[in-house]
Amino acid sequence: MRKLFAVLALCALVFAACAEEDSPDQPQPGASGASCEKDSLQLFEPGQLTVATSNPVFPPWFQGSIQESAWKNPSPQSGEGFESALTYAIAETLGFTDDEVIWVEEGFNKTYAPGPKDYDFSIQEISITPKRAEAVTFSDGYYDVNQALIALGGSPAAGATTMEELKATKLGAQIGTTGLTFIDEVIQPDDEAAVFDDTSAAKQALESGSIDGMVVDLPTAFFITAVEIPKASVVGQFENTAEVAGQEQFGLTFEKDNPLVTCINEAITALKNSGELQAIQDEWLSEATDVPVIG
Amino acid sequence: MSVGGAPGGSDPVDLPPARRTRWRDQLRAEGGRGALIATVSTIVFLAVAVVVVVNSPGWDRVREAFFNAEDFRASFPDILSGFWVNVQMFMIAEVLVLMFALLLAVIRSVPGPVFFPLRALSTIYTDLFRGIPTLLVILLLGFGVPALDLQGVPDSDMFWGIVALVLVYSAYVAEVYRSGIESIHPSQRAAARSLGLSQWQSLRFVVVPQAVRRVIPPLLNDFVGLQKETALVAILGTVREAVREAQIYSTDTFNFTSYLGAALLFVLVTIPLARFTDYLIDRERGRRQANAG
Repeated sequence: MRKLFAVLALCALVFAACAEEDSPDQPQPGASGASCEKDSLQLFEPGQLTVATSNPVFPPWFQGSIQESAWKNPSPQSGEGFESALTYAIAETLGFTDDEVIWVEEGFNKTYAPGPKDYDFSIQEISITPKRAEAVTFSDGYYDVNQALIALGGSPAAGATTMEELKATKLGAQIGTTGLTFIDEVIQPDDEAAVFDDTSAAKQALESGSIDGMVVDLPTAFFITAVEIPKASVVGQFENTAEVAGQEQFGLTFEKDNPLVTCINEAITALKNSGELQAIQDEWLSEATDVPVIG
Repeated sequence: MSVGGAPGGSDPVDLPPARRTRWRDQLRAEGGRGALIATVSTIVFLAVAVVVVVNSPGWDRVREAFFNAEDFRASFPDILSGFWVNVQMFMIAEVLVLMFALLLAVIRSVPGPVFFPLRALSTIYTDLFRGIPTLLVILLLGFGVPALDLQGVPDSDMFWGIVALVLVYSAYVAEVYRSGIESIHPSQRAAARSLGLSQWQSLRFVVVPQAVRRVIPPLLNDFVGLQKETALVAILGTVREAVREAQIYSTDTFNFTSYLGAALLFVLVTIPLARFTDYLIDRERGRRQANAG
């Protein structure tokens, strides 16, 4: 009996001790006032910028492939594609060389799981919403995104110019995307949205006709209709979104309260002011001007 | 798990009567103390577990991410309506599984060299469908068959999801039935044949009724497994069942509490079923002991 208690008490002590050690000393974000010199940054690995993204990654966000990459085509190390180019631009602004940018694989779900992260930030087209910001820390937005509808010619969704016309159609989107929330909460078709684990499954459903249309972000919509399903076309784009009052934006995600975000935001602001962010966008993302708006 | 034959459970026969009584008293005393120790150690264990979890440095964040009352309330209505889809799927599938699997098991038990091809077919079926991941069967039927563009073939995701579940679970359940059929003593069949029943009749009226009664607990076990695997059908897209609804909420809000609502609903169905299984096991044991006596 006494032995049992002793063992349990010991266990408790050991656990408590471990917990004590693990506890991260959390500096207050924003209150740092520290400079954003490369050497004074609080990084996951000193001297390198560790960036996470999902595997696989998709064009136009990532393009080009590198042989010795854990990613098949495309690989984030290529420096090609909007998000890859942006990451290297941010790194350069902070004083890192290209070799000091290390990419690690991290699934979408894991980016918002509680607990310490083994990277500095994650970049994978994640839309900023106030609710999500309770679980992670977002950088400033780096891309203003609109949702768009794609459909095969002849589908009931193909000629739509208003959301009213979409009520009777069967629409689908990928899980975790704001496109899905947009269908359910803004368009509100008679049939609930079909939900797919990835864009490949959604494309399969679009081609087989089990859905009439698919809602994705506009750059992805351009890529799908240009390269992957040439028979499909972009029906139009939507202006407002479900959860964000103003313009929907993509942001980098950090572990909640990671102070590094201050310096990354400075870098993003610098890239915006110098016009470099716009140049990267012009280089990798198609012009969106000729796409009709579905009101 | 093995039952029975625990040393000290019964009186050692080779002891003289006086020592046997003392042995029994000793056992009783140990039993009382055992219960006390079990209670205290359970309480201590739970207390330590709770203290360790709650005092861990990340607990506040974990509680926020997994046990948030506000998110639970916000996500539950959609999850509840999704669960109705699960219920429909597993009720329909279970009825079909019970029939199809019995057919497979009976085919496998039909004696005679003429029926060898049938027996072989049933064996191959079971081997194959127990081995293939359920997800692949669902994808193959749900995406593959409608893509064939055949006239008159349904293209509903739910339809093909249920078909896939029936195919896979029938393979498991056929083995459960078979173990039941093989557990019936050969003398039963011999007696039936000697009464003038045909091969088929002895199977139909003597062997199978006894076999099925004997395997009801493992059948319910597979039923519970089937209930949870209905969530896999969501991969086809248009089936918005409970786990999918939880996932939709979770990926939208970056909060995991919604899964808790789905778990609760599955457990609410599973626990009564588990107790019902226990009841059936007890009843079956009682009946067998009555027969033996």
